[in-house]
Amino acid sequence: MARNVTNKRKIINTTAAWAVGLLIFFPILWTILTSFKTEAQAIADPPIFLGFDWTLENYKAVLERSNYGRFLWNSIIIAGGSTILGIIIAVPAAWSMAFVPSKRTKDILLWMLSTKMLPAVGVLYPIYLLCIRFGILDSKIALVFILMLINLPIIVWMLYTYFKEIPGEILEAARMDGASLKDEVLYVLTPMAIPGIASTMLLNVILAWNEAFWTLNLTAAKAAPLTAFIASYSSPEGLFYAKLSAASTMAIAPILILGWFSQKQLVSGLTFGAVK
Amino acid sequence: MFFKNSLYAATALSLITASGAAADTITIATVNNGDMIRMQGYTDDFTAKTGHEVEWVTLEENVLRQRVTTDISTKGGAFDIMTIGMYETPIWGANGWLVPLNDLSAEYDAADILPAMADGLSHDGTLYAAPFYGESSMIMYRKDLMEKAGMEMPKAPTWEFIKEAAAAMTDRDDDINGICLRGKAGWGEGGAFITAMSNSFGARWFDEDWNAQFDTDAWANTLNFYKDMMDESGPAGYAANGFNENLSLFQQGKCGMWIDATVAASFVTNADDSTVADKVGFALAPDTGLGKRSNWLWAWALAIPAGTQNEAAAKEFIEWATSKDYIELVAAKEGWANVPPGARASLYENPEYQKVPFAQMTLDSILSADPRNSTVEPSPYVGIQFAAIPEFAGIATEVSQEFSAAYAGQQTIEEALAKAQDITNEAMEAAGYR
Repeated sequence: MARNVTNKRKIINTTAAWAVGLLIFFPILWTILTSFKTEAQAIADPPIFLGFDWTLENYKAVLERSNYGRFLWNSIIIAGGSTILGIIIAVPAAWSMAFVPSKRTKDILLWMLSTKMLPAVGVLYPIYLLCIRFGILDSKIALVFILMLINLPIIVWMLYTYFKEIPGEILEAARMDGASLKDEVLYVLTPMAIPGIASTMLLNVILAWNEAFWTLNLTAAKAAPLTAFIASYSSPEGLFYAKLSAASTMAIAPILILGWFSQKQLVSGLTFGAVK
Repeated sequence: MFFKNSLYAATALSLITASGAAADTITIATVNNGDMIRMQGYTDDFTAKTGHEVEWVTLEENVLRQRVTTDISTKGGAFDIMTIGMYETPIWGANGWLVPLNDLSAEYDAADILPAMADGLSHDGTLYAAPFYGESSMIMYRKDLMEKAGMEMPKAPTWEFIKEAAAAMTDRDDDINGICLRGKAGWGEGGAFITAMSNSFGARWFDEDWNAQFDTDAWANTLNFYKDMMDESGPAGYAANGFNENLSLFQQGKCGMWIDATVAASFVTNADDSTVADKVGFALAPDTGLGKRSNWLWAWALAIPAGTQNEAAAKEFIEWATSKDYIELVAAKEGWANVPPGARASLYENPEYQKVPFAQMTLDSILSADPRNSTVEPSPYVGIQFAAIPEFAGIATEVSQEFSAAYAGQQTIEEALAKAQDITNEAMEAAGYR
């Protein structure tokens, strides 16, 4: 009897999880489907779900008009570069906060997080002027730095949470065995926190990949990533939804694939230490 | 031998230097409109003629506005040519942010640009942007539904006629709405439409001392008329409809009439996308007999930001893209219906172009729009669907949000107008106009 109840609950839970999952995924699915329709089918009312003549014309048109490879490469460099740089800075910062806390550590953490609440547009002009002054407007290096700074509070917070779960005694033992500070962080702490660091990196790559304010406002032709690629197909005066959907699908495909293959690590990292 | 080698080296060096000076790479920021995308496709023709390479930055209209405004106001130099409109050009020209275009070649024939366009893209008589294409607004209507309703569209109808015809054409059982109009918030969306409509009802944004005029009967009449008509004959959720939503409805045969940009004519008569391509008629935007029609005037134009390192090459591009030759090029490759309209007078004298069904009505609509004299009562601003002052975009966006809320039934027309009055007066006072 008890087993029957468990199975019933399992079925309900699974069904509910699938329903929620499909609901969340539906806009992406609809975008992908629309990318294979003609422009007329894309705006049809009632909407056509699957019963349409599938076409690759939109992808062909997008590839003919835009240099997709360049946008993709820029996205990879900007998202990857900002993530690596962020981790290099955040690991020692999180270590010091987790293992050598001061009276103000909690305040500093909260202050760091509070910088995320500042509307980006409020600092657009100062940052734009700085980029002009340093000659890095429309360059990948500017975006690597800015996206790193934007995401740094989240990286530090996540790493701090993971590091707090690691017993300080292990680090003490390493110190007693003669490990220097560098050895302690690099060879003892970091390997133990690999799952946490990996999930933090993945989350940061996703955030940087999808960032669409700075990447649109600080780039022109040379450093524009995939967010600019999508924006180039959006129009308030003309129905180009099918082409926009094709461009969107091409822009999200790499990060979707990355997320799919690393979902196990991502989930385990995000839920690390959540249940005691 | 040494002399000979030196001569070769000097010749090679001078050739490299000369070719470096002659062939530049220019960066152009533009919008994702059909005509602009078509232009990008012909870039090779420009490169073949001049040797200059072109880098395109195509963005959605609102993103582009923010992007180029940031760049030009900080002298960022990210772009050599910017695609801007009639709203920005006189303001930026007055600020000294744009390179004057009064020295274009004789071959270019700047005098051929339609006077309304040249005027709207100038400041103090100096042209600061060359129109790539121009537009006004007009009525696009279903001839079959009009006939079925037993009515005949005059060439220059009144709003009363439009309201009556909309009611007669509406068939809720067949999902046909008598009229589709913009209601979406945004100064360039519903804000542009209602401002142009209000001109024909005798309303204006400001009196001559820059006091807001939303507390006048003219504005109340405009909004009440609009809402009554749309509630009776418009599509469900019209308060959220902009150009694209109405285009979609019209192309699917769900609108009896649509009053919007003249460039839409090529979309609704294109049989590939429109189910009603062969049933569309055109008429001038309506009036109320007060002497002003409700059509607007707009141009997407190419301008050069002051301080660009590639001014000469940028001017060559503008001469190429807005020339008569470019129009001929597009006509030869894609037909006369696809050439950029509304910029040059000679286009409308061309017998081939005169065969395009919406050509004459587009020209008539453009010619009947006067940005310097757009309101019945005198006003201190230039512009029809906008007032060409830097503060307008922000104010009109807020005001149009209040109007959209009223269309959606979230507040009354009176409440929306009272809020619009306060928003506008406060902003104008803060900006030092009052």
